[in-house]
Amino acid sequence: MSSNVKKFMFVNRKAPYGTIYALEALEVVLITAAFDQDVSLAFLDDGVYQLKKGQQTKGIETKNFSPAYRALEDYDIEKLYVEKEALAARGLTEEDLLVDVTVLSRAELGTLMDEQDVVLSF
Amino acid sequence: MLHIINKSPMTSVSLESCLSSATGGDILLIEDGVYAATRGSAVEAKLQGAMGKFKIHVLLPDLEARGLGDRVIEGVSPVDYAGFVDLTANNKNCQSWL
Amino acid sequence: MKFGIVVNEGPYQHQASDSAYLFTKAAIAGGHEVWRVFFYHDGVNNASRLTEPPQDDRNIVNRWSKLAEEHKVDLVVCVAAALRRGIKEENLAQGFRISGLGQLVEAGIKCDRLVTFGD
Repeated sequence: MSSNVKKFMFVNRKAPYGTIYALEALEVVLITAAFDQDVSLAFLDDGVYQLKKGQQTKGIETKNFSPAYRALEDYDIEKLYVEKEALAARGLTEEDLLVDVTVLSRAELGTLMDEQDVVLSF
Repeated sequence: MLHIINKSPMTSVSLESCLSSATGGDILLIEDGVYAATRGSAVEAKLQGAMGKFKIHVLLPDLEARGLGDRVIEGVSPVDYAGFVDLTANNKNCQSWL
Repeated sequence: MKFGIVVNEGPYQHQASDSAYLFTKAAIAGGHEVWRVFFYHDGVNNASRLTEPPQDDRNIVNRWSKLAEEHKVDLVVCVAAALRRGIKEENLAQGFRISGLGQLVEAGIKCDRLVTFGD
């Protein structure tokens, strides 16, 4: 990779809909894709709820933005990491998620964070 | 890496998540995160336990604003905003555990 | 060293914009450059020139404007986040400009450090 490519990691630790952070984080991710950077997404703590299958938002009159996570692949964003302990604590498994992810332990995620040039948290 | 925590450890898992994920380095407690740096709190033991792996700092103006400037746990280093800037500059990268 | 700052919360509601401002001031005083401050989420409300705090309180918006004027700090407000929240050219305080999210990514690429203040 050339020297002006940086490693960007987007750390998502908040659940969707309760606040706007998850949606606006996704908007940054999609823009970053256009800059040809090395992009990865990490979902920790309540952030794993962003990827839950079967979101139905009609009743809260809010746009369901979860299909956009599936579109990330089209933007060549394929590094999606999900915290193993966070899934377990929430009674979720990889099967409950709407995209293919790599499940990592907290410690493994910590090592990945260290390797980043830019970490943006939402 | 510099880890910045701005949440009270009594209401948020930010500190907990940071301590169990991060590989080490510097932790800076700011805003409501400073409550974790006070003597006699329920998380004091946890913070003491993390001191081998992390160097823990607290933003003194935030602690003083909350009336707790005189209760810093021994081993936690108080810094001002200039110290905050230095911590950021001296680490290769930083992360805010929002 | 070249710093980029991200502010994700509105003024007065959350300490984030105060922390970001004090950090920025300290960085400049320490001989660093703050190349850009990017306002996102409710942080865009830092740019409203209609803000009128009580006389005895700090004026967060004016503080940013002054920093832009005196130290050439580039204050960028995210357009998508701003439109959602009613921040437009017509109520934009001095020293701020409205632009796209690409400006945040660019700050990440060009700055040596990017520091986020939020909730």
